[in-house]
Amino acid sequence: MSVNPAWAGMTRPGHSRGLLDVWSRRYLLRLLVRKDMQVRYRGSVLGWAWSYVKPAFQFLVYFIAMGVFLGLNKSLPNYPVYLFSGLVIMNYFNEAFMNSTRSVIDNTALVKKIYLPRELFPVSSVIIAFVNFFPQLVVLMAAAILVGYHPTVLQVGFILLSILIITILAMGLGLIFGAINVSLRDSQNIVELIMMFTTWLSPVLYNAALVDHVFPGWALILYNLNPITGAVGLIHLGAWAPTTSQDPATMALVGPHILIYGLAALVTSLVILLLGELVFRKLEKNFAQDL
Amino acid sequence: MPKISDAATVQAASRPAIVLDHVHKDFHLRHTHSMKETFVAWLKKKPIADDFTAIEDLSLTIEEGESVALLGLNGSGKSTTLKLVSGVLQPTSGTVLTRGRVAGLIEVGAGFHPDLSGRENVFLNAAILGMTREETEAKFDDIVAFSEIGRFIDTEVKFYSSGMFVRLAFAVAIHTQMDILLVDEVLAVGDEPFQKKCLQKIRDFHDSGKTVVVVTHDLGAAQRVCERGVLLDHGRVILDGTSKQAVERLRAGE
Repeated sequence: MSVNPAWAGMTRPGHSRGLLDVWSRRYLLRLLVRKDMQVRYRGSVLGWAWSYVKPAFQFLVYFIAMGVFLGLNKSLPNYPVYLFSGLVIMNYFNEAFMNSTRSVIDNTALVKKIYLPRELFPVSSVIIAFVNFFPQLVVLMAAAILVGYHPTVLQVGFILLSILIITILAMGLGLIFGAINVSLRDSQNIVELIMMFTTWLSPVLYNAALVDHVFPGWALILYNLNPITGAVGLIHLGAWAPTTSQDPATMALVGPHILIYGLAALVTSLVILLLGELVFRKLEKNFAQDL
Repeated sequence: MPKISDAATVQAASRPAIVLDHVHKDFHLRHTHSMKETFVAWLKKKPIADDFTAIEDLSLTIEEGESVALLGLNGSGKSTTLKLVSGVLQPTSGTVLTRGRVAGLIEVGAGFHPDLSGRENVFLNAAILGMTREETEAKFDDIVAFSEIGRFIDTEVKFYSSGMFVRLAFAVAIHTQMDILLVDEVLAVGDEPFQKKCLQKIRDFHDSGKTVVVVTHDLGAAQRVCERGVLLDHGRVILDGTSKQAVERLRAGE
């Protein structure tokens, strides 16, 4: 690039600083999130109650199938709390991941006509998923208190760490799949496929000890290195374990080394977020012409 | 988001506001939109994409305070040029530079949501165009007055007539605080009195020392609003002079 002194102080339009730009446009981010909240259940009688009805029925179905028919309710103390804590964190992941994957193409009109930091769209999707998740977390806490919840500060910290991991992970994956989705719509189908087995590939419905007995060592390590497994384990430690007697036999149900795998999950998520940022910025240049 | 230049620096003038230096823009036209199609095309050894050159070695400098009409027939690269300046598109090679805050009337209504009220849409769209809440609140009454929406401002936008919708969208865009205004084919907005009001607003904007770039097929309006005219053909500049010269050359059938 030739340097012309008259060009001093000029900027290149459309050059993004990625997530930093999202921070500098946080007022717009807030309005985008609010728009989605206002529009989401418009025209429905139950409105925001749907955010409770759906997880309630989901919980009921799994509880009857897994808890009653397959007898987990007897082998796991406070199985409803165990099940629900895994389900809410999983729902948060699935919603954040799916919405952020679709977020760029859902905002085609804006992307094609005006330059905005495009990461605003996946970021706002994750925030909206969080807003939807939060009341479920409150219900979970209420249920835990009902059956006798006595956590330590550290255990509450595990819940927050679990939420942090899922947020970073969903954000990173959403950036990757959302960017690819612009030119290849297979991306959102792959995400749907992934969601079909995320709930089953982590100890949400069953306890981690069951996996230990079946999987050979290397498969078990792979299973545990799944960052979602780490996050689910952490929320069990934080929300479910303090409702039990916490004797070694009960704690074994969460799985050994869960803290190590939890930290591994945090590292993995951060790497995926970094990767997502790189992929998004690489593909972003062509969004306006590919949509 | 660049800050608005203050009046003093605008008066100093004769600094470039927009620079396009040897800009090329190729479009990669993909024929496939799924992995299956890509795979099948690869098996059949069919090309999966064509390249199409929209802008070829375009160099253009627009000084602060100028009003420029980009003219040309369909497909001459006018709108692509404007999208390069606004940052929606990136050049394949070459450099595009701008000074200060750029906003365009190209995106009229792009961020409007039918289920939100006029008022909510004004705030959302002003934010999309880079305004803060304080700036929007300060301009809100002007925006509503300009749009002639009046008491319907709290009605959901889906109940608006198309004219009301466009007027409100335009009113938000024209009240955005910026240094460079880009206008793409929106001079045909609303009824005639409203069009006149819009043209006047664009002229006022230019009179206050800001830079205006207009893309339009309305040659009369282009000549009235702009001093300088740049005629494009197949992505190259073929004439750079007064808007009158450019319009005459275009009418002559070049």
